[in-house]
Amino acid sequence: MSDAGAALGARLRERDLSAAPATLNLLESTAEADREQAAALLGEVSPAALGGEAPGHVIGITGPPGAGKSTLLSALLRAWRDGGRTVAMLAVDPSSRRSGGSLLGDRARIDFDPADRGVLIRSTAAGERLGGLAWATRAAAHALAAAFDIVVIETVGVGQAETEVADVADTVAVVVQPGSGDVLQFLKSGIMETPDVLVVTKADLGQIAMRTRRDLSAALRSLGSSRTRVLAVSSLPPAGGIEELVEVLDEHRAGIDIAERRLRTRRASALTDFVVEHGEHGLRALGGRSAAQSLLAAEDPGLEVPGLVAALERRIG
Amino acid sequence: MSEHDSVHLPERDRPWMMRTYAGHSTAKASNELYRRNLQKGQTGLSVAFDLPTQTGYDPDDELARGEVGKVGVPVSHRGDMAALMDGIPLGEMNTSMTINATAAWLLALYIVAAEDQNPPTRQEQLQGTTQNDIIKEFLARGTYAFPPAASMRLIADMIAYTVEHVPKWNPINICSYHLQEAGATPVQEIAYAMSNAIAVLDAARERVPAERLEKVFGRISFFVNAGVRFVEEHAKLRAMSILWEELGRERYGVTDERHLRFRYGVQVNSLGLTEAQPENNVQRIVLEALAVTLGRDARARAIQLPAWNEALGLPRPWDQQWSLRIQQVLAYETDILEYPDIFEGSKVMEGLVDELLDGARAEMAVVAEHGGAVEAVPYMKGALVDSHRRRIRRIETGEHVVVGQNRFTESEISPLTADAEGGILVVDPALEAEQANAVRAWRSQRDQAAVDEALAQLAEIARDADASENLMVPTIAAARAGATTGEWSRTLREVFGSYRAPTGVGEAAAAPSDPDLNELRDEVSRLQQGLGRRPKILVGKPGLDGHSNGAEQIAVRARDAGMDVVYEGIRLTPAQIAASALQEGVHVIGLSILSGSHRELIPAVIDALRESGVTAPVVVGGIIPEQDVAGLKSAGVAAVYTPKDFDINRIMRDIVALVGADAQLTPIAVGGSSANGSA
Repeated sequence: MSDAGAALGARLRERDLSAAPATLNLLESTAEADREQAAALLGEVSPAALGGEAPGHVIGITGPPGAGKSTLLSALLRAWRDGGRTVAMLAVDPSSRRSGGSLLGDRARIDFDPADRGVLIRSTAAGERLGGLAWATRAAAHALAAAFDIVVIETVGVGQAETEVADVADTVAVVVQPGSGDVLQFLKSGIMETPDVLVVTKADLGQIAMRTRRDLSAALRSLGSSRTRVLAVSSLPPAGGIEELVEVLDEHRAGIDIAERRLRTRRASALTDFVVEHGEHGLRALGGRSAAQSLLAAEDPGLEVPGLVAALERRIG
Repeated sequence: MSEHDSVHLPERDRPWMMRTYAGHSTAKASNELYRRNLQKGQTGLSVAFDLPTQTGYDPDDELARGEVGKVGVPVSHRGDMAALMDGIPLGEMNTSMTINATAAWLLALYIVAAEDQNPPTRQEQLQGTTQNDIIKEFLARGTYAFPPAASMRLIADMIAYTVEHVPKWNPINICSYHLQEAGATPVQEIAYAMSNAIAVLDAARERVPAERLEKVFGRISFFVNAGVRFVEEHAKLRAMSILWEELGRERYGVTDERHLRFRYGVQVNSLGLTEAQPENNVQRIVLEALAVTLGRDARARAIQLPAWNEALGLPRPWDQQWSLRIQQVLAYETDILEYPDIFEGSKVMEGLVDELLDGARAEMAVVAEHGGAVEAVPYMKGALVDSHRRRIRRIETGEHVVVGQNRFTESEISPLTADAEGGILVVDPALEAEQANAVRAWRSQRDQAAVDEALAQLAEIARDADASENLMVPTIAAARAGATTGEWSRTLREVFGSYRAPTGVGEAAAAPSDPDLNELRDEVSRLQQGLGRRPKILVGKPGLDGHSNGAEQIAVRARDAGMDVVYEGIRLTPAQIAASALQEGVHVIGLSILSGSHRELIPAVIDALRESGVTAPVVVGGIIPEQDVAGLKSAGVAAVYTPKDFDINRIMRDIVALVGADAQLTPIAVGGSSANGSA
């Protein structure tokens, strides 16, 4: 019992996928005893324990409602599974960001074989914390990346959503429906940070999809963001562009410094968690935000978030 | 001569067509039932198909489990249809078929069966109706098979085919019936049915020559509902006939009076029938029948009445006979058929009609703004779930009186339910295996090459992006060749893709606060503290049963009470439910079945859950006969809820207590969940 968290972490490290549901239950719990177990679990899958970053590819996929995310995810899931890769999908519902309960139903829109143990889909309410993905989602994505080849964080929205996802994911893809101007406007006005990949769905619509793709490419050029890839896909049979998307996502992962990106994420998350726990008062006790950042930078880069938070807490006694 | 005589019609009106919605077990057993019903004075047939037939699966399909022959008759091929209609001359019969996603297929089988009768009946002579309204399946009934665009093409093709070759057939019955069952107010019922009709006519307009449109309009009939507020319900039908005529003249340029007439059949309300004191349902049914017969200007063309025991289980032939006799007493003993329209000139009736018309026109405009009925399915579904939530709340608070259920509940023991089966029909569970074997035998004895060729032809015509050929032609050819319901549907599913309709629960507005709900929220919040995370419930509908109202209301209320709710809609396999429960880490699982397949499906789901390592408690809701409760409990069900448990907050309290007790039995080891997999 007392080492349940560590045991789960060890199983994930051994790539035992059946440890995933219990891992998620534990990470979502706010009970005091569970939080300790969760810290132990995360310690077991920290870069220090793994001897490097978790091997899984954490991909954030976001976009406005109705853009075709579920259909795209079904097609991607099929392509990844056909390639022998295991996939975990964390679906975050931002509309549930309030104190009440929430209705989580979107998993049904993603086609998969329920007998396939190489797939896990988990829906989560965005949680009560203002302005963020659930704490649990970030922790879950990193823990599952120790066991699964692909970890998808799916969320709905444009503007804020992909910024939040970018804090967690190695690669961020934004899904755009042909003819919808929102994403283009958000990009141009700077409300939206440029994602790593822009996916135009419903390419079977032809002209209108191609025009959307051209407009997005032009906007990116004028913003000087030439590294963002723009793709058109058709998820319905006959599907098109899915294989190419899989390759583009892989290429992005191969082209970035994963260790640097994840370390930055862990430090930022630790600071956020610390402030949630101890408030601005706690931050002042550390000597302010930049002092806190320096403190974090001096800690072992192999520590997971709870380890980093604990290090800050030791400073304020 | 005298003033007294002038109020009578010169000649008593002929009665409406009398039917009984019937069919169960096998084609042969149903044929015997039909013949007896006709002997009892029934004047038309109304075929109830089982859920596998309605959704396009053969009896040996995994998804058909527990459903074969339950809520209707299984019809897999031309042989079954011939047996179903054996000895009933189809040239003289008027047959209504409650069939939607697979309507084209069942009509094809009917055409082939008619050709094969001795003497043969040509398709030109056939009379009847295929229900065929797919939009209401997405909204309320759940027996859809293909995505919206493909479904609309099938409907338009049937219309185009029948208007030329089966001219006395009503290819579609626009249904407002199921909308009311799903909670629609009279205004919503009118507005959504009319909007659906517009979507169908607009689709058909593209498939038939312009000069045929008037005839097409004239062949569209409606299938409506009538609740116990029978004065308002009658006004609703008068409002619908006014709107229909207006639509014909203004939108479709129809001028012929005959084609402008609003024609409808009716099955009166089942939603308002109670499990408590079920004998009260008889007077409800009588009053509802008055709604559709009293006023001559909006009288039904065909009536089928539910049986008094529908909230208990499947009705027996005797129960259905009782309902047929209600119709016969109304038509032959009372004087309602002797007068012209008795509401003409009534200020109250006119006022009611005007109110409904105003409301319906406004709501139709909202649907039109969404881009028409097909595009507005998510909007309409959300609105229906919301209306139903309000209705249930009014019953819970007693504002809406239901005699015997929330008022006047003191009762003697009913002798009607005293027999061993509890006063309902029980279908022999061995029958499913027999039917599965029978369809396998059929497949092995036919000309396989001919079937393969016919199905290949069907696929090719379906695949054509321009939809230049009518799908009815290869469908009839496949029926003639001996293909099965499952094969026809699978061929089209492969071309058209699969589809899941919106559940509507996400769109339902949050419940306004009231003291009872606030208290419940506090209980949930206390449970959350104990568990470490928000209580999470999986609401699942296993099998083919599409009656999702109950599941939706449980899901919405659980959310309003503060739980996280995983609800994935209808038609889930036990394996899918088990995978969801495991992966989502839910604390409790609620399953809903209304089709009578609970005896097979609930234990199958529980087995799948336990095999996956999920130990969370399971509760069941639906039409569950009293005598089945013990069996379900011994299979591992913690609690069973039936229509008499109308207080949903009480059900929620039970669930909170159940999860609390379960968490203490299994100490909070990992994350406080009992669905924690193999940890």
